[in-house]
Amino acid sequence: MTTIAAPSGDLPVSSEPSYLSAGYTLGSWLGTSDHKRIAILYAISVTLFFFLGGIAVTIVRVELFTPEADVVTADTYNRLFTLHGVIMVWFFMIPSIPNIFGNFLLPLMIGAPDVAFPRLNLMSWYLNIGGASLTIYALIAGGVDTGWTFYTPFSTMFSNTHVLATAAGVFLAGFSSIATGVNFIATTHMLRAPGMTWFRLPLFVWAIYATSIVMVLATPVLAITLILIVAERWLGLPIFDPSRGGDPVLFQHLFWFYSHPAVYIMVLPAMGVVSEVITCFARRRVFGYTFMVYAMIGIAGIGFFVWGHHMFVAGMSPYAGLIFSFLSFVVAVPSAIKVFNWTATLYRGQISFDAPMLYALGFLGLFTIGGLTGLFLASIPVDVHVTDTYFVVAHFHYIMVGGTVSAFFAALHFWWPKITGRLYPETWARFAAILMFFGFNFTFFPQFIVGYLGMPRRYHVYPPEFQVYNVLSSAGAVILAAAYLMPLGYLAWSLVWGRRAGRNPWDATGLEWQTASPPPRENFPRTPHVDVGPYDYHPEGMSPAPYQPRHRGQGDQA
Amino acid sequence: MSVWSLWRRNLLIWLALLILLGLTFALAYIPLGPFNIVAALGIAAIKVGLVSFLFMGLARSSALIRLAAAAGIFWLIVLFSLTLSDILTRLSGR
Repeated sequence: MTTIAAPSGDLPVSSEPSYLSAGYTLGSWLGTSDHKRIAILYAISVTLFFFLGGIAVTIVRVELFTPEADVVTADTYNRLFTLHGVIMVWFFMIPSIPNIFGNFLLPLMIGAPDVAFPRLNLMSWYLNIGGASLTIYALIAGGVDTGWTFYTPFSTMFSNTHVLATAAGVFLAGFSSIATGVNFIATTHMLRAPGMTWFRLPLFVWAIYATSIVMVLATPVLAITLILIVAERWLGLPIFDPSRGGDPVLFQHLFWFYSHPAVYIMVLPAMGVVSEVITCFARRRVFGYTFMVYAMIGIAGIGFFVWGHHMFVAGMSPYAGLIFSFLSFVVAVPSAIKVFNWTATLYRGQISFDAPMLYALGFLGLFTIGGLTGLFLASIPVDVHVTDTYFVVAHFHYIMVGGTVSAFFAALHFWWPKITGRLYPETWARFAAILMFFGFNFTFFPQFIVGYLGMPRRYHVYPPEFQVYNVLSSAGAVILAAAYLMPLGYLAWSLVWGRRAGRNPWDATGLEWQTASPPPRENFPRTPHVDVGPYDYHPEGMSPAPYQPRHRGQGDQA
Repeated sequence: MSVWSLWRRNLLIWLALLILLGLTFALAYIPLGPFNIVAALGIAAIKVGLVSFLFMGLARSSALIRLAAAAGIFWLIVLFSLTLSDILTRLSGR
């Protein structure tokens, strides 16, 4: 297989003004078709939703500090965890890495001036904001209490809350997802620079490509499912009502056919980010590049076959349970290949523990714990015991928060100099990364134990013997909240007072580091030519050179 | 193909789809026993053909485009078959 290396020769730095200088009016941002500006628009909206979802769960953790209901009522509690789930899943996790970093980096990494459909790209953002607006309207109007999964028949027959507005909001956001997926697939196929063959693509591009395929194939099913909720709730059609011949478990089949692959929409881009960061800060070629690519495509494909593991105790037949259990074990194989290959990349690398690397290493540990507990849940006898307990909550938070959010912050720190042209204060960033790792484990590890002991999820009261675990968890959440707020502070500080980054502060390979920081509107002064693959940190077959400290901000000034 | 001929062609396809929808609706009220579902699915298949081959233009597309469309059908088969693996075996052993 082809070796991976950087483009030969440095590209000339453009004398053009950066994309940030291309216009200062609100209209120049809200009407832009520049993929980099659209990425910033997503960054702003996604950050807003992240903190909105965070506020909701803060109240949830405060309520769970004691066994009694002493902060909110049962109804309010239902609305709070639903708000947290809906905002965090549909409006933070799914658009976060693909829509911010995918948008910003995909054209830069393949040597393109923009995405294939720039105006569709902007429309995707407006669809996302439209969906979010509807959801926030539902929140202001009184909220929704079905949980983020909208399970029938509760959502269609019994809930007196704003299910329709929320479902419509998610429906719109789904179209944003589809449009983004189509755009990225077309961009990857059509706009690669000369010489940028498929197996010279950076792994982040492969990750975004695989994610886009999942978005395009799975999201329409979610749209149809939400329309069926509306049809039953609004028009009275008996689709999921068992008393009129409907099947409530059919809803779960349709819903999870999208929503399990959605987990991979969240995790695959994170895997791409971690691949880029680990190889850069270990100064070492990615171990088994082709296996990494096939593993990503494998995860995207097999991810479509496993949705039934969410339904082992929902009334599904044991025979189907057997099939889904087996397939759920199978999807762990490509995930494990990736973890082993990241570990092998670190082996004998010249590792430096900069902030992005700390986040990536955090991802590695937390994703592994999340993945292994996923195997517990793929095993039907164990799942019967721990289903709908805090064990499940801990498992998917290890994947989504420990995995995806860690990778999100890794990406944010790794590409911050490229996006803004500024360097952040490294000591603060390392401190925040370590604090986030400890805060996260402090919050969610006790939930494995309390879940195994039998504390059900989505309850606002619990037996007193579970209090110690919930106190630990709530205390950890305070640490985690502090760790999330810190980057907001020092990154904002760096926008004004941060040192100039230069175009390649990490000495990284890849086309995005060959252009100015921040990049000009057209990305590259002339179309780059690629004659070798990515990750050329050392000659093939040799060990990395001894680590040379980098002089950040020196050298080629953009 | 001119804009007008494109409109006319698509309007004709839309009209055909509406006629088939009406046919589905009418057939639901005619007692055919087990053939009700067969008839409904048959009409649905004709609609799928109209949309994919004529409206989406797959009849005149390259093999690669057809392959991409077939991929969608494949995932639909995955959805149906694994869902039916539950629904068709749900009462077994009782």
